[in-house]
Amino acid sequence: MTTIQPASGIADMGGDDGWGAAPRPDPQEPPFKEDWEKRAFAMALLSMRLSGTNLDAFRHAMNRLDRAHYIDDGYYGRWLYGAENLLMDSSIIAPGTVEARAVNMSGGQADEPAAPEAHKPDYAPTAAGSIRQIDAPQKFHVGQRVRAKVLKAPGHTRLQKYTQGHVGTVAIVEPAQVLPDTHAHFIDENAQWVYTVAFDSHELFGPDAETFTLNTDMYEDYLEDAS
Amino acid sequence: MSSEMTVNDHIPIALRTEALEQILVERGLVDPAVMDGFIKTYEQDVGPLNCAKVVAKAWTDSEYKARLLDNGTAAVGELGFKGPQGEHIVVVENTDDVHNVVVCTLCSCYPWPLLGLPPSWYKDPAYRSRVVKEPRTVLSEMGLDVPEGTQIKVWDSSSEVRFFVLPRRPAGTEGMSEEDLIPLVTRDAMVGVAEVTES
Repeated sequence: MTTIQPASGIADMGGDDGWGAAPRPDPQEPPFKEDWEKRAFAMALLSMRLSGTNLDAFRHAMNRLDRAHYIDDGYYGRWLYGAENLLMDSSIIAPGTVEARAVNMSGGQADEPAAPEAHKPDYAPTAAGSIRQIDAPQKFHVGQRVRAKVLKAPGHTRLQKYTQGHVGTVAIVEPAQVLPDTHAHFIDENAQWVYTVAFDSHELFGPDAETFTLNTDMYEDYLEDAS
Repeated sequence: MSSEMTVNDHIPIALRTEALEQILVERGLVDPAVMDGFIKTYEQDVGPLNCAKVVAKAWTDSEYKARLLDNGTAAVGELGFKGPQGEHIVVVENTDDVHNVVVCTLCSCYPWPLLGLPPSWYKDPAYRSRVVKEPRTVLSEMGLDVPEGTQIKVWDSSSEVRFFVLPRRPAGTEGMSEEDLIPLVTRDAMVGVAEVTES
């Protein structure tokens, strides 16, 4: 099944330099610019069902892409490659199938691998969506100082590197949700409380940073008390 | 995937997309009509107009606004807006003292039932990487100069909570009806990279 690989890679770009100026918004921009983007979008949505996986696994399937596959064909390019990853993980298509078909469609000749026997993860969600009712008490409360842990484990996470090790204040207690870190790997839903944590910009980026507040959601497992 | 493919075997993405669809349809795994349905939903039915209706209602109905800020999910649900990527909605209000802006640094999480699919700038690595580090500079590059005395709050969507901004109602619109206000409210203002203007 899916091998657990190092975390978010290029997708975890918050706080990075080197990406140039932000683009000017175009209010007239259509949802899709090219026809293939529509088809890639729809297939990516369907790929989760086809592969017997979930949204967290799909995000992880994109985070596993190398820089070229993540960036060069844009947003829906990475959706397509992510979908292909899920379909290969669950042996819905064999590696090389899409490439061979593309060659055959452009007048070349390539042997296409046979359709493999599907091997979907042993997984079924306990409910629709990601929010769950849980009985566990909330470990943290609004106003409490908390520290984002430094993650060393490989695998999927939503704990951004730019927050790791930094101290903030719980601003909102959000509904309990399945933990992406385990859910993406079909280990356990691990439903737990989520907290919107407010960080001072200087805590994150140093004394010379612009002054602002950064709010982001932290699953309970990501936090430790810092009061 | 990086172990199986390199940039050297790069296939044009449109061809690659068509190849995958052909394979999946041929094997009976995907129905193109289902795909067409998803596409139509987000091209024609679900877009920023939904959220503009919420904003215009909040501007003209103080009790609705209070409900919206207290429980965004329930309040947008009153207008019928719910669905994928809208499980739990939190609304953040711009005031004379506070400007809010929303991002997803890790992918492109966005409140689909209210705003549709995200625009390209929202998915751009420059926006994703920098608005959490230097929001005032990034907003200025995008055409919005936030006054020095205004506090900036950035919301990085990292769980299934989805945020949107309740923009300030522009001066000079006091006499306008809810219906007349709707067309003034832009997508960019509801994500926090623009203000709503009178016309």
